[in-house]
Amino acid sequence: MDKNKDIKELLNRGFTSLESRLNGGAKTELHEYRKKALNKFNELRFPTVKDEEWKYTNIQPVISKYFKPAADATATAGAGDVEKFFINRNDFIHLVFVNGKFSEELSSGWKDTKGFKVSSLKSAIKNHPDIVSKYIGRNAAIEDNIFTALSSAFIEEGTFIYVEKNTAVEKPVHIFYVTNSNEEIMNAPRNLFIAGANSQIKIIESYESLSAGAYFTNVVSEIFLEEGARIEHIKIQDEALSAFHISRTEVSQDKSSNYLSYNVDFGGSIVRNNLHTRFNESGAENDLRGLYLTSGEQLIDNHTRIDHAMPHCQSHELYKGVLNDNSRAVFNGKVMVYKDAQKTNAIQENKNLLLSENALVNTKPQLEIFADDVKCTHGATVGQLNKDSLFYLKSRGFSQETALRVLIFAFANDVVHAIDIVEIRDYLEKKIAEKLATEL
Amino acid sequence: MLEIKNLRAAIDGKEILKGINLSIKKGEVHAIMGPNGSGKSTLAQVLAGREEYEVLEGEVLFNGKNLLDMAPEDRAREGVFLAFQYPIEIPGVSNVNLLKTALNEIRKYRGEEQLDSMDFLNMIKSKMSLVEMPNDLLQRSVNEGFSGGEKKRNEIFQMAVLNPLLGILDETDSGLDIDALRIVASGVNKLRSADNSFIVVTHYQRLLDYIVPDFVHVLFNGQIIRSGDKTLAYELEEKGYDWVKEHFAEFAGKQG
Ligand SMILES: Nc1ncnc2c1ncn2[C@@H]1O[C@H](COP(=O)(O)OP(=O)(O)OP(=O)(O)O)[C@@H](O)[C@H]1O
Ligand SMILES: [Mg+2]
Repeated sequence: MDKNKDIKELLNRGFTSLESRLNGGAKTELHEYRKKALNKFNELRFPTVKDEEWKYTNIQPVISKYFKPAADATATAGAGDVEKFFINRNDFIHLVFVNGKFSEELSSGWKDTKGFKVSSLKSAIKNHPDIVSKYIGRNAAIEDNIFTALSSAFIEEGTFIYVEKNTAVEKPVHIFYVTNSNEEIMNAPRNLFIAGANSQIKIIESYESLSAGAYFTNVVSEIFLEEGARIEHIKIQDEALSAFHISRTEVSQDKSSNYLSYNVDFGGSIVRNNLHTRFNESGAENDLRGLYLTSGEQLIDNHTRIDHAMPHCQSHELYKGVLNDNSRAVFNGKVMVYKDAQKTNAIQENKNLLLSENALVNTKPQLEIFADDVKCTHGATVGQLNKDSLFYLKSRGFSQETALRVLIFAFANDVVHAIDIVEIRDYLEKKIAEKLATEL
Repeated sequence: MLEIKNLRAAIDGKEILKGINLSIKKGEVHAIMGPNGSGKSTLAQVLAGREEYEVLEGEVLFNGKNLLDMAPEDRAREGVFLAFQYPIEIPGVSNVNLLKTALNEIRKYRGEEQLDSMDFLNMIKSKMSLVEMPNDLLQRSVNEGFSGGEKKRNEIFQMAVLNPLLGILDETDSGLDIDALRIVASGVNKLRSADNSFIVVTHYQRLLDYIVPDFVHVLFNGQIIRSGDKTLAYELEEKGYDWVKEHFAEFAGKQG
């Protein structure tokens, strides 16, 4: 029968424990949605490598563990442990979660201001139930995705951001999901980011760990850009090398909106990111940039999909990877250009550098075009460093090692060097250099 | 300074250099001319240490040391510099970073201290004015999107910064406009001293009006078939390579 029956039973028990915490919250519209999601979760099966979408990513190691919801974890973390992750303490708004729980003590600057609401999702469920119910589940359907069904059954914590129309939020919001657990726990943060018409916001999500547990992060983010809105969204995944991370980011874009995404993966044992954007109206743009640096036995899988459903939209996607040792990466990028999406402009590129003979990348850029007046290109490369460049640097006195380091860094840094939040850019550059120096 | 003895080299199993003999003393400038495909760039690349070339025979001494035994980076650190015929574009590495890293690697090798930032910048500025390098090229990625002429000028700028004992200029003049040619050539002349030497590969007499060579060699089919003083360049310009082939190929045949 269902060989993952055990984990399902365990999670169903976790659901009962969630319900007992909810008190009055168990009678809300949202809770009805949770129950529906749990039923869906029980109905669906976990994907295997026989499923096309999971062909190269075997998640048996993830689901054969016995995760309990993070809320039931025993370990916590204090300021001393978490502060080291902060990049700009004074000028950013901080929301810090430890083992899935919002830490008021470690967070700062997150009070609602005029035109701008930011809080933990738990507070938002209490304070703005109408907004939460209106948007949650709208972009991330539970029907055909067991991980989303699971996330939706456990909707409790995460980050809620609501920017009203014509509001530009100056301070970047930096969200930290910190795990400190040697137990097998499941974090299920749920993010809801809503940018009203002509609003602007910058959001950084960091996934950090304080221990080397085999924990599991299952995050679902739903992002809404209304007409003319602009979001810069940077997701930095630096989980423990023993951890599992599955994320789904669903973005809907209204007229002339602009979504800029950076997806940077450093950590994790098995990582799967699904990023899906959809142009609901014309004149919108997005720029999706990704970087994965893998070593050891890591597996990092990025699936992206861009739905050009409307005319006059532009998408520009660049994902790059540097792989060492026995690590693996998957890139699967779909660009769908609908029949009516004339004047679409879509560029998609995936470039990989293999530093070891045992590293492997499966890349599949896909373009499906049903309109005739479009400009679309896509391509993928997998290779070693350019010999001419190496020789050129050596002829200037660079050692082999320095030349390699400089060239690999330049290759990777290309993805993040244009980030306009200087502190984040500097942090990522340093982090890339460090990872290259120690593990690659 | 440089002693090349019966150097034979091949690429992909095809012999290109078929016994080169050349001796260069401190302070000298040697021009190498010769028809397309005769092996000029091959010689330059072999001297710089390009691994794709296989040295079949011969010896190259650089200040008494066996150059062919050295890794390319060590040749650079010993003072060999190659200005490429086709400079390589390196996206994401700025010109200024390349030079800083190169200088520090060279200094480390020589047991010298790392340059402090102020000294480095001052030196860079003075070298920039030497070849009239536009300021913005410094921060841009190495050669990326540079025009042909800018690339060539950048090679000479790098040479000025690294201050080699032996500069090998592989067709630096091609791609430079008339003014740029004069500027770059005068930069090279300012770098000339009693202690350093240059090999100038060119197709045109014009460059040699600016950088006046002590010797001119004609490379043909992998061998130097004729050497002379600067007047040889005029003779070539006037009579063409057929003339050298007719009169001197036979001589080369005997030597090989
Ligand atoms: N990989 C290769 N396999 C075979 N022959 C090669 C290879 N690379 C270069 N050659 C040949 O070596 C010969 C010498 O080339 P080289 O670049 O040294 O000529 P050159 O004298 O610099 O010419 P030019 O004046 O056009 O710059 C040419 O005939 C070229 O085609
Ligand atoms: Mg040549």
